Amino acid sequence: MKHIHRLLLIAFFFTSLTPAFASVSDDHEPETHQVSHEKKKFEPGNFIMDHIADAYDWHVFSYGDFHFTAPLPVIVYSNNSGFHIFMSSNFHHGHSSYKGFELAKDGEYRGKVVEMVDGHQVRPFDISMTKNVMAMLISMIFLLWIFLSVAKTYRRRKGQEPKGLQAYLEPIIVFVVDEIAKPAIGEKKYKKFVPFLLTIFFFIWLNNLMGLVPFIPGGANVTGNITITMVLALFTFIITTVNSNKNYWKHIFNTPGVPWWLKFPIPLMPLVELMGVFTKPFVLMVRLFANITAGHIIVLAFISLIFIFGEMSPALGMGTSVLSVAFVIFMNVLELLVGLIQAYVFTFLSALYFGMAVEDEH
Amino acid sequence: MGLVNPELGTFIWMFIAFASVFFLLKKYAWPSIVDAIEERNDSIKEALLSAESAKEEMAKLQADNQKILKEARRERENMIKEAKELGEQIVREAKSKATEEAEKVVESARQAIESDKTAALSEIKAQVASLSVQIAEKVLRRQFADDQQQKDYFQELMKEVKLN
Repeated sequence: MKHIHRLLLIAFFFTSLTPAFASVSDDHEPETHQVSHEKKKFEPGNFIMDHIADAYDWHVFSYGDFHFTAPLPVIVYSNNSGFHIFMSSNFHHGHSSYKGFELAKDGEYRGKVVEMVDGHQVRPFDISMTKNVMAMLISMIFLLWIFLSVAKTYRRRKGQEPKGLQAYLEPIIVFVVDEIAKPAIGEKKYKKFVPFLLTIFFFIWLNNLMGLVPFIPGGANVTGNITITMVLALFTFIITTVNSNKNYWKHIFNTPGVPWWLKFPIPLMPLVELMGVFTKPFVLMVRLFANITAGHIIVLAFISLIFIFGEMSPALGMGTSVLSVAFVIFMNVLELLVGLIQAYVFTFLSALYFGMAVEDEH
Repeated sequence: MGLVNPELGTFIWMFIAFASVFFLLKKYAWPSIVDAIEERNDSIKEALLSAESAKEEMAKLQADNQKILKEARRERENMIKEAKELGEQIVREAKSKATEEAEKVVESARQAIESDKTAALSEIKAQVASLSVQIAEKVLRRQFADDQQQKDYFQELMKEVKLN
């Protein structure tokens, strides 16, 4: 019970920081408009999308005209000009092109690196270390550091009571093993899947939390990125398929307890079941992506309200900000819960799929 | 909609990073953590069980002790009772023996007295006989004239005889 209290306290500490910094770091968009000296209207749609989407640099803070952004390496391979590695600072926040590459301002590839070939935007093969990739790598290092050190503590303090970080994480590890892996997969076969379930649970949860922190090393929308969730779901799919037994495929192609005319001559049931094999991980991918992205959109929408009303009159903007910040705090606390729930749901459903794959015939 | 289009670059990075982190954690972190927790749980379970059994053992031991104590107390009481009885019996026996002995002594004393008495009487008888014979001898040696003289003389002799 005490550990849960401590965890909540830590989590609360993080959220309590969020709204204050969110409003600071998020207002660079209107400032850039001022730099270009044209009184462009504030576009909440673009503002929100730019914050949710991936980026080639990592914005830290802006003060007036001064933008402090961490440049990230751009790694592209183009059929025309070959392989290039350069820092994203060469784009000057998208204002200039470099070696024929530039950030697309609009169109299909808005915000992405494109090469201008005969006046057309051509997307090169792009393996840049973007903001999401960097944030993901940082969280991976965090993950490795945390659990390798905790594992070391376990080896050193064999049979003794948990201590320090170990004490914080043990109830959660035990929860994943006892409440997710065991009931979903079954007492006999759960052991094999525990490492994967623990890894995705902590990866998703950590990134959900870091996504709520509005400054480096947080601030990136890692678990709200469809590519990231796609890889996670792909791993679940691969592990499910690799470990599937005969009974699993029998349930798909010759579902027991279903009238024969649903299987022959038109194999309706097998088709539906086979589709299910692919929709299950697909749903995992979309659920995590949508939940986290939605939370970020709502937070950013409340922030946008300040600028929308601020454009009408500064006083109105000030008034709105009080309400908006209150809502943002509420949303962040909610997101804290959602972050944990989504990590739990992804892990639990993965465990259920593994359980189906290895289930024996009754 | 860039938001829902997967990016190949991100995919490659994520795939490599996740696969390697998963591999590293699977190899170096999770087994030791999960095994250590399981081991600790088992040892705690075992310790609890053994504590429980120790408690039971203790209770049994205590009950045994109580029983032994009770038995010992009973034994002691028995022993005391027996000893008392034995003592009483010894005293009783000693008393009866003493009485018997005393009776025997009295009896033997009486017999001794009886035999002394008979011995004394027979000696007296013998003496009386021999005296009578002496007297008769003396009477026979003297010649008596008359009866009176004879009688007197007899009387005189009789006076001389002393029962000693």
